[in-house]
Amino acid sequence: MEGTSVEAVRKTVRTYIIVFVSLMVLTLITVAVSVLHLSIGMAIAVALFIALIKGTLVAGYFMHLMSEKKLIYSTLILTVIFFMALMFLPISHALDNLTR
Amino acid sequence: MSERTKKGSGGEGTGAESAPVHHDDHHHEASFWRTYVFSTDHKVIGIQYGVTALLFLLFGFTLMMLMRWQLAYPGQAFPLQWLADLLGPDRMPDGIMLPEFYNQLGAMHGTIMVFLGVVPLAVGAFGNYVMPLQIGAPDMAFPKLNMASYWVYFAGGVTMLVSFFVPGGAANSGWTSYAPLSVIATTGQTVWLLGMVLLITSSLLGSVNFIVTIIQLRAEGLTFMRLPFFVWAQFVTSFLLLLAFPPLEAAGVLQLMDRLAGTSFFLPSGLVVSGVPLDVAGGGSPLLWQHLFWFLAHPEVYVLILPAMGIVAEVIANNTRKPLWGYKSIVYATVFLGFMSFIVWAHHMFLTGMGTTISTFFQTTTMIISVPSIVILTALLLSLWGGSIRFNTPMLFALSFLPMFGIGGLTGLPLGLAPPDIHLHDTYYVIGHFHYVVAPGTLMALFAGVYYWYPKVTGRTMNESLGKIHFWGSFIFLNGVFMPMFIQGLAGVSRRLYDGGQIYAHAQEVLYLNEVMSVSSWLLGLAQIPFIINFFMSVRKGKKAEANHWQATTLDWSATTSPPLAHGNFETVPHVHRGPYEYSVPGAKRDFLPQDQRAEA
Amino acid sequence: MEIPYTATARPDTGLYNGKLGIWLFLASEVMLFGALFSSYILLRVGAPVWPHGSELLNVPLATINTVVLISSSVTMVMSWASLMMKDFSKYRMYMGFTILLSFVFLVIKYFEYTSKFSHDIFPSTSTFYAIYFTMTGLHGLHVIGGIVVNAYLWGPGNKMWKSDPQRFTNRVEIAGLYWHFVDLVWIFLFPVLYLL
Repeated sequence: MEGTSVEAVRKTVRTYIIVFVSLMVLTLITVAVSVLHLSIGMAIAVALFIALIKGTLVAGYFMHLMSEKKLIYSTLILTVIFFMALMFLPISHALDNLTR
Repeated sequence: MSERTKKGSGGEGTGAESAPVHHDDHHHEASFWRTYVFSTDHKVIGIQYGVTALLFLLFGFTLMMLMRWQLAYPGQAFPLQWLADLLGPDRMPDGIMLPEFYNQLGAMHGTIMVFLGVVPLAVGAFGNYVMPLQIGAPDMAFPKLNMASYWVYFAGGVTMLVSFFVPGGAANSGWTSYAPLSVIATTGQTVWLLGMVLLITSSLLGSVNFIVTIIQLRAEGLTFMRLPFFVWAQFVTSFLLLLAFPPLEAAGVLQLMDRLAGTSFFLPSGLVVSGVPLDVAGGGSPLLWQHLFWFLAHPEVYVLILPAMGIVAEVIANNTRKPLWGYKSIVYATVFLGFMSFIVWAHHMFLTGMGTTISTFFQTTTMIISVPSIVILTALLLSLWGGSIRFNTPMLFALSFLPMFGIGGLTGLPLGLAPPDIHLHDTYYVIGHFHYVVAPGTLMALFAGVYYWYPKVTGRTMNESLGKIHFWGSFIFLNGVFMPMFIQGLAGVSRRLYDGGQIYAHAQEVLYLNEVMSVSSWLLGLAQIPFIINFFMSVRKGKKAEANHWQATTLDWSATTSPPLAHGNFETVPHVHRGPYEYSVPGAKRDFLPQDQRAEA
Repeated sequence: MEIPYTATARPDTGLYNGKLGIWLFLASEVMLFGALFSSYILLRVGAPVWPHGSELLNVPLATINTVVLISSSVTMVMSWASLMMKDFSKYRMYMGFTILLSFVFLVIKYFEYTSKFSHDIFPSTSTFYAIYFTMTGLHGLHVIGGIVVNAYLWGPGNKMWKSDPQRFTNRVEIAGLYWHFVDLVWIFLFPVLYLL
């Protein structure tokens, strides 16, 4: 972000405040939803969806991923692919077990 | 380090070619500790890594030579009385090896060879020393992290050694530390886990540093497709270390919790040990350990092999005096190989009751990943075609890598398919297969690297005759050790047997091979003596080497002195004009065009 | 010879060394926590029954902690923005708040843990508690790491602002990226452990 003008930074400060408020609201929503005792599938979907939005806000604005260099994107895409492999392959093995 | 000499010394912007760098004469005379022990110079750290790793290789090899006695002559007293006395009655009462001690030797041989020997030598030593020179960088991007990486590795190594002296001895659940056995094992396993956490941390520090250095500190004009293949190999290797090691770190933490805090991440419900139900909450999954372990350990295979291929590529191009055949295909194959290595790991787990869907997936990816390996090997082989080959010691080692890795790779194919794997799983066939990849494969390549870069590091050459004795001895006896393993394995002899299979009827036909392998391994030990003598003697007595001893094209040879300058490596910042292997270019005055040389008029 | 691009960006990548370094480090952290989340899923799917987190854990305390950590993320990014606007005293203030909030987080965590221990609940009690203590514990270690770095940049490390302001701003940015990541992990830990 070097070379960014003082004026531009001042503008982003406003963005940070908006993001902060949204994060707070989303936190309250996710807690509120959990009180409703939805079915477990629905609850997981809603909670993870909200967490995903919050995560995107933090990564996108606080970590400046909205305007980052290509190199960082490629690194992260690679990481996400392997992250997915790590998430889904062990569990599919467990579900595909012969002993089940 | 902090002298702010002048701007643009790194060659940013358009810049003048080979801008001279100011040499500040007011370097503070660095203390002995700063220069040789806690140095931040990548060259010193590389040498530290190299010497430490070679010592660990020797130590791990010694463990194996001990094991081979028990395998060849089970239950017989060890002939070297003093060594048996030294090891004491807890390990070798009356010179006879206890099964517990045998298990320690097995687990620690694997751990030490892989994590303390080969990887630190291939990445820590060669990567650290050579890579910055080849890309024209003054040092690594983060010199202090680099130093930390070495010392954390050192601490991990010491931890592993200490584990031999805790009650119950060192870790004894195999280098794979499968749960639940490892969770209920003796204290040595806890120390092993702590040691692993240190080694993983060291790898992470190193890999971040390597990637940043390669991306950010390349000399001007050195585009990615002009990088020497060795640098590419280190680059992909670093990504493997960076992204595959953390899951093992997580698994290590979980196993530590199991052992120290009484959790049951890897302990299933209803576990009975020696007739007594285990008093734990249960509900864990032993398979979880295997997943997390192999998520690292399969990419780890490529961490072992890729730098070796990098070294072989350099040595072959240099000694055939020809460009590498299909440089671009090798590079793309390497990147693809690195990518695929993350999604093949469960082919180590076909016998865990895996259903057909997932097993088909992993069989397919495993078959796919053999393609890039073959592309690389074929390209290296074709590079020999029509070259006027110089058969010096590094070249002999590099050439032997090709068939040895070929055997290692091809014998892996049956293991990657579930049906033959059911027969071969956990037999000596598997041991033979991965040792061919790592020992006659990678180790031979690493020796090639030692002989090849020795003149650069020390300014003197190693003795050729001793080198050739070392080569032929190693080559013959390595095969003597590992080839019989395939025969034993196909006959169904299991690995990790304390008596080498004596009590099994099906093993009787092939038992005589145990003695063949053991004698080979001890002769292999003898064959290393010329190397050790050569290594130390040549530092003082070797012939003085020129800056570009092998008449090579890459920056490490063409733009530095031997050894390179202590601070900053280069007298002038190199500027790269051409690809890495321009040997025997038609019309050129000499048979090699260094990367930093401008076009000839 | 000096190492290039410690403070300024390399033209073709547009990055200075530290920034690429921290992102690579964070990539490895993603894999570390990824492995833990993967373990969580595997253990949960394999379990015959799995408790609802809100029945066993203290949701109000965790909600407060979420608010605290998100706030600390905002003050962190504000401290960096203040340096970009050349306002050093504001930087000190925001960074101070960040450190303070991280301590608040740890104190609340401490009360959460001790109340569990006082009810004879330990990691060994059940797989649920095992994964709860391990994941939050590891996250807590990351918080402590962040405090050490931030405290250094708030205190003794701030001398660099005078000698090399660009590099100091970079350092704060890097520390910030790490800190936001710690926040990010918590954003996922909170619903996964406490609400589901």
